[in-house]
Amino acid sequence: MEKAIRIDGLNVYYETFHALKNIQIEALPARAITALIGPSGCGKSTFLRTINRMNDLVPGSRVDGKIIINGVDIYDQQVDVEALRKKIGMVFQQPNPFPKSIYDNIAFGPRLHGVTKKSELDEIVESSLRQAALWDEVKDKLKKMAYDISGGQQQRLCIARAIAVNPEILLMDEATSALDPISTIKIEELAQELKSKYTIIMVTHNMHQAARASDHTGFFLNGELVEFATTEQLFSNPGDERTESYITGRFG
Amino acid sequence: MTERKEFDHGLQEIKTLLIAMGERVQWALEHAMDSLQTSNVEQAKLVFERDHEINLLERQIDDLGTQLILKQQPVAKDLRKILVGFRIAADLERMGDLARDIANVTVRLAGQPLIKPLIDLPAMAKFVHEMIHQAIDSYLREDIVLAESMAKSDDQVDALYSKVLRDLFALMSNESDSVNQAMLLCFVGRFIERIADHATNIGEGVVYLVKNQRSELN
Repeated sequence: MEKAIRIDGLNVYYETFHALKNIQIEALPARAITALIGPSGCGKSTFLRTINRMNDLVPGSRVDGKIIINGVDIYDQQVDVEALRKKIGMVFQQPNPFPKSIYDNIAFGPRLHGVTKKSELDEIVESSLRQAALWDEVKDKLKKMAYDISGGQQQRLCIARAIAVNPEILLMDEATSALDPISTIKIEELAQELKSKYTIIMVTHNMHQAARASDHTGFFLNGELVEFATTEQLFSNPGDERTESYITGRFG
Repeated sequence: MTERKEFDHGLQEIKTLLIAMGERVQWALEHAMDSLQTSNVEQAKLVFERDHEINLLERQIDDLGTQLILKQQPVAKDLRKILVGFRIAADLERMGDLARDIANVTVRLAGQPLIKPLIDLPAMAKFVHEMIHQAIDSYLREDIVLAESMAKSDDQVDALYSKVLRDLFALMSNESDSVNQAMLLCFVGRFIERIADHATNIGEGVVYLVKNQRSELN
């Protein structure tokens, strides 16, 4: 049984702004897709960024509480943040490939982590691109600049780059909001494929994407986690009136 | 709280169509029973002729609900309101067919005097008439208590139906000439009883709408 992520009394402050208020999640399931929804400024992206400690980089930010991954509180002083981030890949709203070839984009992470053998790198590149459902489209142009492929392909390239270092968790921050509907569906289907190997947590503004693509959903409002439930439960019979108002489009 | 005008407007339209459907079905039941009691074939034919109005309303509800799902992508209770609306429309359409079946008995009995005065069948129909009204009302008001009490009336309908069968079976064994008509009147009892079952289905739909739970009301 995979260990779920446990969130215990998590608070985040930006200077005096209390961005996340006492977030509690007993078990954020591993090897599944969790969607985080809520209106702009509700704290969902802040929450996502606490998981790979990206908020550490924001001046004036302060975190208290615990996030326990594999039995370890990632905010413990002993934790090696670089090693943590290796285990947690992240994909952003705008595809952000490096100004390098497709091949070098994927090989970048493994090289950084000490893989030098060409055959080994070839293998990682192919398997990452295959997992990202991009291999067939780019196998003949691996030396081409990453910017030469379409936005949807670039985003899948970024996913391939993220999984090339074999992470445990994949964070997706509005990863499809800049993509056309077909590319969006491709990424959603890709996420379904990948969830057998990775724990996927996605922030989305698109409520229907959360309904389509996730197994569990958390609804944030004003820095609070109002409700965390199976996606089926949350979208069919939400437990909190605020959730119902939000998902039925009656505020937000 | 912001409104969702398009959605709420569409839903209101579905409700209006359901009310109209319910009234048409009540009308059909009333006139079918009346035609049977007064051996009025013309009145029975009117029930036939107007059945298509009920079918048309069901199609309108289908189309409108489909449009709403397509364009507004409702979730949670909003979605259930439409799904249950579909189901109610389907139940009402079947009730309309059953009322037509009753009217058909009037036509088949044309020219024959009734073998007995009809007492329990009209009493059944009266219960069912009220059930139809309450079923739709419970949907409009999202009132589970009303849905449940409405479904309880089904017991009284069933009890009357049993009595109708007993009486008619007794009549058949005593007067062999009356078998044909008695059989048809048994069918009428069956048709009314089926209408009550459909009303009960609507009540179950209302429970699903409000609680998101399947239920057996009767």
